[in-house]
Amino acid sequence: MSEMSAMNRKVIQTLAETISKHAEHFNKTEVEFLIREFNVLLGEQTVSGRAVPGLDRGTFRSILHNIFGMTDDMIMDGVFRTFDKDNDSFVSMKEWVEGLSVFLRGTLEEQIKYCFHVYDLNGDNYVSREEMFHMLKNSLIRQPTEEDPDEGIKDLVEITLKKMDYDHDGRLSFTDFEKSVREENLLLEAFGTCLPDTTSIESFEHHVFQEQLEQ
Amino acid sequence: MLVSFSMYFHALNEQQKNNIPAAAMGLSLTRAAQWTPASSGTGKLESTPMNESLLKEILSFAEQFGSQHPQEALHVFQEPLQWSTTLVASDFKTDYDISDSDVQSNERDSEGLPLLQLSPPTVSVRSFSQLSKLIHLTEDKKVEEVQACLEENRYPVVKILGSSVASILQGEDTNTDVLSLVDKVKDQGKDSEVKVKLFLLLRNLDNKLLSKCLEEIAGKIRLDPTAVKNEVDSLKQSSIEGEKRVLKSIRYTSDYIFSNGCRAPPWRQVHGEMCYLVIEPCDTETLCVTCSTAGVFLNGGVKQEGEESGYERTSDVHRDLRTLLKSRSPHFAENINTQDFAVQEPPSTQKVQHVEPVDTEEQGQPQCSYEQRENNVNENARQSLYKTGGEKKYEPCPRWRNLGLTSPCGEAEEKKGSKSSGEEKSDGIQKRKRGAGAKGKMKAEFSASSLPGRLSSQKIKTSAGSMSLDAFSESSSESEEEEEQRRQESNTDLPSEYWQIQKLVKYLKGGDQTATVLTLCAMMDFNLMQETCQLAIRDVGGLEVLINLLDTDEVKCKIGSLKILKKISHNVQIRRAIVDMGGLQSIVRILDSPVKDLKALAAETISNVARFRRARRTVRQYGGIKKLVKLLDCVPNLASLSANQEKDVEVARCGALALWSCSKSTKNKEAIRKAGGIPLLGRLLKSPHENMLIPVVGTLQECASEESYRIAIQTEGMIKDLVKNLSSDNDELQMHCASAIFKCAECKQTRDLVREYKGLQPLASLLSKASNKQLLAAATGAIWKCSISMENVAKFQEYKAMETLVGLLTDQPEEVLVNVVGAVGEFARIPANKAIIRKCGGIKSLVNLLTGTNQALLVNVTNAVGACATDMDNMAIIDQLDGVRLVWSLLKNPSAEVQSSAAWALCPCINNAKDAGEMVRSLVGGLELIVNLLKSTNNEVLASICAAIAKIAKDKENLAVLTDHGVVPLLAKQTNTTDDRLRRHLAEAIGHCCMWGSNRASFGDAGAVAPLVRYLKSKDKKVHQSTAMALYQLSKDPNNCITMHEKGVVKPLIHIMGSDEDMLQEAAAGCVRNIRLLAQANRKAVLFN
Repeated sequence: MSEMSAMNRKVIQTLAETISKHAEHFNKTEVEFLIREFNVLLGEQTVSGRAVPGLDRGTFRSILHNIFGMTDDMIMDGVFRTFDKDNDSFVSMKEWVEGLSVFLRGTLEEQIKYCFHVYDLNGDNYVSREEMFHMLKNSLIRQPTEEDPDEGIKDLVEITLKKMDYDHDGRLSFTDFEKSVREENLLLEAFGTCLPDTTSIESFEHHVFQEQLEQ
Repeated sequence: MLVSFSMYFHALNEQQKNNIPAAAMGLSLTRAAQWTPASSGTGKLESTPMNESLLKEILSFAEQFGSQHPQEALHVFQEPLQWSTTLVASDFKTDYDISDSDVQSNERDSEGLPLLQLSPPTVSVRSFSQLSKLIHLTEDKKVEEVQACLEENRYPVVKILGSSVASILQGEDTNTDVLSLVDKVKDQGKDSEVKVKLFLLLRNLDNKLLSKCLEEIAGKIRLDPTAVKNEVDSLKQSSIEGEKRVLKSIRYTSDYIFSNGCRAPPWRQVHGEMCYLVIEPCDTETLCVTCSTAGVFLNGGVKQEGEESGYERTSDVHRDLRTLLKSRSPHFAENINTQDFAVQEPPSTQKVQHVEPVDTEEQGQPQCSYEQRENNVNENARQSLYKTGGEKKYEPCPRWRNLGLTSPCGEAEEKKGSKSSGEEKSDGIQKRKRGAGAKGKMKAEFSASSLPGRLSSQKIKTSAGSMSLDAFSESSSESEEEEEQRRQESNTDLPSEYWQIQKLVKYLKGGDQTATVLTLCAMMDFNLMQETCQLAIRDVGGLEVLINLLDTDEVKCKIGSLKILKKISHNVQIRRAIVDMGGLQSIVRILDSPVKDLKALAAETISNVARFRRARRTVRQYGGIKKLVKLLDCVPNLASLSANQEKDVEVARCGALALWSCSKSTKNKEAIRKAGGIPLLGRLLKSPHENMLIPVVGTLQECASEESYRIAIQTEGMIKDLVKNLSSDNDELQMHCASAIFKCAECKQTRDLVREYKGLQPLASLLSKASNKQLLAAATGAIWKCSISMENVAKFQEYKAMETLVGLLTDQPEEVLVNVVGAVGEFARIPANKAIIRKCGGIKSLVNLLTGTNQALLVNVTNAVGACATDMDNMAIIDQLDGVRLVWSLLKNPSAEVQSSAAWALCPCINNAKDAGEMVRSLVGGLELIVNLLKSTNNEVLASICAAIAKIAKDKENLAVLTDHGVVPLLAKQTNTTDDRLRRHLAEAIGHCCMWGSNRASFGDAGAVAPLVRYLKSKDKKVHQSTAMALYQLSKDPNNCITMHEKGVVKPLIHIMGSDEDMLQEAAAGCVRNIRLLAQANRKAVLFN
């Protein structure tokens, strides 16, 4: 490991230089560490020895699950989709650092964009009724006694739309979403947890920035 | 011939809660009559007073029917009414065809059948005219006959009118007129009109009977404090003192009785609880019992007041203590029956569940015919009778609720009711109407073959059942209790918000984090400041859920929950509910959270919840004060802040808000100080933001009632900031600052600091804000206390505060007046101000205020009047306004403070009045009053009265009157005091009272001389002066000289002669001279005799 980093130190430094220009919430050293972490994760992934352009969906999801405690498949896919800006099914090094910049330290504005993107399952720039229903469908305990077990979810979707759909077109545009979140910050993660909580942020940053420094 | 009205009677058995449904048109009355437990198809009517009065009513109706409604009386019944009669053939006279023991009436129907037929013991009657005649025949057994008829003909209306007609008529609303009814029944047969009339007549009777029952029932059912007290008293007597002890002990948990007769603490009284008992039965463990208006039940163990957990209900609700005890203590149940109680108690009311099998069974087969169902019921009745021995004669009281609960229709209705309990809000009467109107619906639930009479009787039962919820409940399930509460709170229909909130709460209960957050956000969109929404959240169980969320790890859920709690906790009831549910502990715990938003929200919620004592205590007991104080510790420099620091400041602000609420309890003030809150508050006091300053200053002024805070405020340099904020443009902030200064300015250094920091001018200018009374009260208070320092008065004069203050002597609320008058009193110590007061018309205003009742105000007014009276011109006005008499009459005030300040005020008045002696004499009884006050035990009162007596005694005539009233011994009695202030005025009074008759000798006889000599050892110069004067006067009596000499008066007197005060010198010398003269005279006497 140390051999590798010794070999790559130069490369990493240059990479860090370029990438840190796009990831505004990390300084150069931090970016360096993130690149190293990326390489470690990538190394774990490529057992077969074949080089890949980045973290694949499975690896990325296990990171989200193990480090950031996410459980919802749909949301994790959404997060992967959001990180994977070029849609090549891999999170590249650049996408990794830039994504984490928002994920860990994003401003409210960045995070609104990020969350909206996660929730926009089909990428049509709207969160529709159906998408909401999909994301919320496991959020209520179903009463077996009820005739329509989905009734509660449907109602919840309607309540949410009533609250957030400012232009009354029956779906959430980004403007709707942004306006609602600015009004009530709790609505940022309205359709499922897609941002890490403070404790997992701290432990991840500690793991990446501190422990590696000590090595 | 007995009448048909047994339809009203309804078998009811408290024990089984079974009712054997009666027939007919039935109004609620059906359940009023009381039946013995039916062992067969026919029940027996109990001979209770209620049944008897009902029977009489029915009897007179039937008896007069023939004469009052001849046409209807001829109507032939569809089916005969049959029963076993006591009449025999010989009782019948003309108009009857008698053969052997059988009798037939001559009157026959269209088919030639007799309308009355007797074949002993059975009689059958087919028209009202025959019925009336029969009743006339029975003579003294009328009632029995009616009773037998009712017992054996449960559904008389059906028999009279025929089931089809009856069912149609039942279906109609009570308001429908005769004609439309006739239309309806037209195709039912020819004589439909008569039938309708008959029906209406019957219904009138029914109504009459119903109201009669209501009257009787209304009187007794629901428990009230008196009923409970009576029961406890009777239990105490008969159970404990009697020879056969059935209980070891029975006692209340609290001896204190509130004015409404309840012993429960007020916050439990809102749940309808009246008192708690601890009962030790002979055979089981000790029972802790709650007596509430809904009934009696065991609780979790309320032994002493204050334990929250103890109030929970742990048993079923029983109707009264005896029933509860019987169910708990076999020994009690066994022995209590053998005792002779004044009130015969029915056997235990068992829990409602016991009957439920019957209900469900009935509900399960709504199509079954009536007969089947009746059999079911009877079956059940038999079974339970068998179980309970079957021998006992029961005397069930009417418990309408139970009827409502047990009747199948009632159940159905209940269910509907709970789904749309909005309707339940309507009172009983409305309900009845609705019941009649809704009959159509009910029909659908029952087969057409089921008897209409029954149908309607059930219907009515339901309405009565719901009525009972209001007034006659004896036992109730949890949900009903809630319903009842809701009803009490508002009488309007439930608004739509209620249902929406109920739905949201359902989602909260069953949602994951995401759904919960969404739901919470949706809930925030309601107007949470509106009471409807606040109470709706509580009533649908939302409060529990919100509080539970606080104990989760989900930050967002906690934030959402607190955002809602913060708002709804503006409601008093919600606050109490939060504390009752233990929510405050959770909120206090959140103060430790690392999330700033959470801390701020929690503190803000606490600031709302902690508006009552118990909540403030809870905050303290769970370490909330320390945590809140910690929140205050934010950034050192409040001037320039980063975004992050701003959040810290916001947290501190919320902390201050919470502390402000908490600081209304003395112990919390102490806790804040101990937690190091004062310097932190001092630091926040430098904030430039009003929203921060208001809670901070608010807390400080609240705490300034404590000496420790006053010192700290002064030493920590907070006066400067307080003074600075007096010039703020926020009224509230100004008010709190002024109020803080008001409380702190008791201390001279503080007063000086206020002047140094130029705080007097802003205070004076606050006087112009006369419209804001709170602010005015605080400002005038501060001025009053500051003007205790003369330098400050001089400053205030520069700002013309005096003139403004005099203007405020009229038309102000008392809290302002007290302070204004206090300030005027202080100002009036400067001669120039006395003139200003007079010129501004202040004397008249002051004298007018002497007639008030507020004691604090009277103390200040008398003080001010006294101060003004030192000016001769002022005194003339006071005299002219009869002010002296007013002041004098204040000596009668029960407050010692008022008494003494009035007496002090009298001194300058008497001094400066033109013809003081005459003025005093003109006050009838005044001198007696003042002498009697010498019996007071308050030294300040005594001192002031002595001072006044000294002034009064300058007039010889008045002194004579004083002497007559026994002033000498009373004064002498006080001489042993060690209070220098009292000694001084007492000696002065004694000195002045010596000038009449034999008073000098009397003082000597009363033993006043020796103590006076001791006064000379006092360190107070003023005591010496008045004592020397008194001794001089007393020394004019030889015996006193001897006493003085014996007590060694000469040496200190000689010492005093060296004083530089002329008066003192003279008096001391005079006294020594008198002693010396006596000694010389003595020697001469010895020498020459």
